[in-house]
Amino acid sequence: MDCNRVFVSKVKRLTIVFTLLIAFLSIKIDTFAQVDSAVVPVDSAVAESVHEVSGEHGAEAKHGKEKFEPTKVIMEHIADSHMWHLWGHTSLPLPVILYTANGLEVFSSGNFHHGEHDYNGKYNNYRLEEDHIKVVGADGKIDEEASKSILDFSITKNVAAMFVAILVILIVFISVAGSYKKRVGKAPKGLQSFIEPVIVFVRDDIAKPNIGHKYAKFMPYLLTTFFFILFNNLFGLIPIFPGGANVTGNIALTFVMALGTLIIVNINGNKYYWKHIFRPDVPFWLYPIMIPVELIGIISKPFALMVRLFANITAGHIIVLSLISLIFIFETLAIAPVSVAFVLFMDVLELLVAFLQAFIFTLLTALFIGMAVEEHH
Amino acid sequence: MELVTPSIGLVFWTSLAFICLLILLRKFAWKPILGAIHEREQSIDEALNKAELAKQEMARLTSQNQDLMQQARAERDEILKEAKTLKDGILNEAKKQAQVEGAKLIEKAKIEIENQKKAALAEVKDQVSSLSLEIAERVLRTQLDDKTKQEALVANLLKDVELN
Repeated sequence: MDCNRVFVSKVKRLTIVFTLLIAFLSIKIDTFAQVDSAVVPVDSAVAESVHEVSGEHGAEAKHGKEKFEPTKVIMEHIADSHMWHLWGHTSLPLPVILYTANGLEVFSSGNFHHGEHDYNGKYNNYRLEEDHIKVVGADGKIDEEASKSILDFSITKNVAAMFVAILVILIVFISVAGSYKKRVGKAPKGLQSFIEPVIVFVRDDIAKPNIGHKYAKFMPYLLTTFFFILFNNLFGLIPIFPGGANVTGNIALTFVMALGTLIIVNINGNKYYWKHIFRPDVPFWLYPIMIPVELIGIISKPFALMVRLFANITAGHIIVLSLISLIFIFETLAIAPVSVAFVLFMDVLELLVAFLQAFIFTLLTALFIGMAVEEHH
Repeated sequence: MELVTPSIGLVFWTSLAFICLLILLRKFAWKPILGAIHEREQSIDEALNKAELAKQEMARLTSQNQDLMQQARAERDEILKEAKTLKDGILNEAKKQAQVEGAKLIEKAKIEIENQKKAALAEVKDQVSSLSLEIAERVLRTQLDDKTKQEALVANLLKDVELN
């Protein structure tokens, strides 16, 4: 538990740094927004006058002066997408898989041409609107009712990024396992000696102290969770192609991870665990309060796990993108060194957070499992 | 709101992928890796225990060796002492025996000398007697050259014999 205390203090420090940064940013943006609002009328007036003067050039001028909207850009990155943006106007089209009442519909997202075209599918016509696939009715407008009835099982950017991470995890760990078979009883070497301390750390500092002697049964789940989160966190930090997706900062993924913990904990809960929930050691007239509280506790623990991972990773991405956006908000290169310095700092911090969040998720999962399998007196 | 609404597609693919990952890693990675780490830790523990035992054994052997050395030294001293007494005994005995032998030899020599002396004396006596007989014979011959004297002697001798 000693290392736990260290980490708690680290988390506190991190929170303070985060808060300060966010405060700094909000002040900056606020002041800029004030300046901006003062400037805009003049700007728009000029634009209007330009528009009036030269008809067909107006559209171009307007396009060139397209206002940079940091919120939209950041949210676009944070959210999922049906295309994997590579560079400039090049995107990797990803498969779209739709479950409709009539059957499965599979086609490439390239058919939407970045949302400019509709796609005529087997059963419906589809349109990509703000990265959501909607059904287009006979009248050429979006049919909201029909859109709700289709289920989107597409291989989105996050799914693809997750598959890349999984592929890397499999390659790394199966090759490491191979080198264990090749070098039986010898000292670790290469990648093996990099991975082994982490595995031993998960076993000796996460599983053993929290679960106790039954730890071995849960090791595969804990290790897989740890490395799955860690690799996805790290891939999310890479700004170019195979990385860059906000996988662990997506609520769906953290939801699944937390659901896994919920299931593992409750399947392995022994009679003491259930007695603690349904017959706690309190006077019987407190039961109407205690039992609902305990039942909420079952859900709230994994819920906290879900939100913690999601919020931490998303916050990291938002901060990095906000700092980069500063260059475009100020529309000057002069701010770039400051921006880059802060992004560098944040990236290093995010590297720590990537490990920390993987560690905390695994630690808390182990703790909950430990509470569920603990033998009393 | 969209940010915190899990989408069904991602939930589905994540569940599927995570379960596959869990199964694959459990079979192909965690089992061999954890097994190997556990085995190696055990072998290291064992080796350390063995080293400890070997150290103790060494200490024991060293003390035993010292004991043995001391014992051997004591034994050697004893053997030396014994040998010395034995040597003294043998020397003394040899001396005694030599003395006895010497005495015996002297005795023998004495007896021999006595015998020789006796023999020599006997020979001397014999020679003396034969010489004296010769002398007596010569004397008698010279004295009994004539007949008368011979007859007188015989008569004399006879006289003696008759008396007996």
